[in-house]
Amino acid sequence: MMSAVDTSILDSLEFDDQNFLVNATDWTPAVGEAIAAELGIVLGERHWVVLNFCRKEWEEHGESPTIRRITKGADVGTKELYDLFPGGPGKIAAQIAGLKKPTGCV
Amino acid sequence: MPGFNREKVQATGAAVADAPAKRKLCIIASKGSLDMAYPPLILGNAARAAGIEVHIFFTFWGLDIITRKKNSNLHVATVGNPNMHPWFHIPTFMGGIPGMSDMATAMMRSEIGKLDVPPVAEFLDMLHDAGAHIYACLMTVDMMKLKKEDMVDYAEILDANQFIEISEGAQIIFV
Repeated sequence: MMSAVDTSILDSLEFDDQNFLVNATDWTPAVGEAIAAELGIVLGERHWVVLNFCRKEWEEHGESPTIRRITKGADVGTKELYDLFPGGPGKIAAQIAGLKKPTGCV
Repeated sequence: MPGFNREKVQATGAAVADAPAKRKLCIIASKGSLDMAYPPLILGNAARAAGIEVHIFFTFWGLDIITRKKNSNLHVATVGNPNMHPWFHIPTFMGGIPGMSDMATAMMRSEIGKLDVPPVAEFLDMLHDAGAHIYACLMTVDMMKLKKEDMVDYAEILDANQFIEISEGAQIIFV
């Protein structure tokens, strides 16, 4: 996809077959910007509230937060979260944050 | 070492803001006991979380899930319910003792809460915020002598024909 952000930073990193970063420690905010750009999302301040929360959850608990955890912990409403990350907020936020897909039913 | 696969993004269209949702799921919720209220809500929510278009049709006892006065007070049946473990088994002859259903209901609510799963009314609001479409079955609304204002305000009343039209091309789950 054509975008204004230079995404060549992604070429030197390892991704799984669903385009999730293999090593969460390879992630930097610039990597996040690049993944988002590839997915067609321009990151704004509210995106970063969610992404920083996801990174913090991963650092503290070693796993990606579910949508429910994000809405409870990051002060972002369900509707807003779906608007920020269209097409599946839990999965896509985790992907941009360089984490694995969240697991859990809610 | 596999890098970021750009073709894959274009192939799936995932997360592109104006990409049309490809999968569509219709769920028919026909039961209104506490235990049977959750499956349609959880499946609908999981589908929305995966970017799938979701329509839920609440019919017969399932209508209680979207009826304001009832959806915070759904119960578990203790008579003729052989599945009460892992907590304890309630033999049918004891299930009818006054308070038995209340006790089982309170216990299930508490266990569900421990899993950080919201109560039914809150879950329904969450689903609506997540973009799921919520429908009330017209025939049931008439049969129960309910009005639109008795239901959550985002519920739309549909007859069976309209729901069948909406479900064209969708995957369907009946609960």
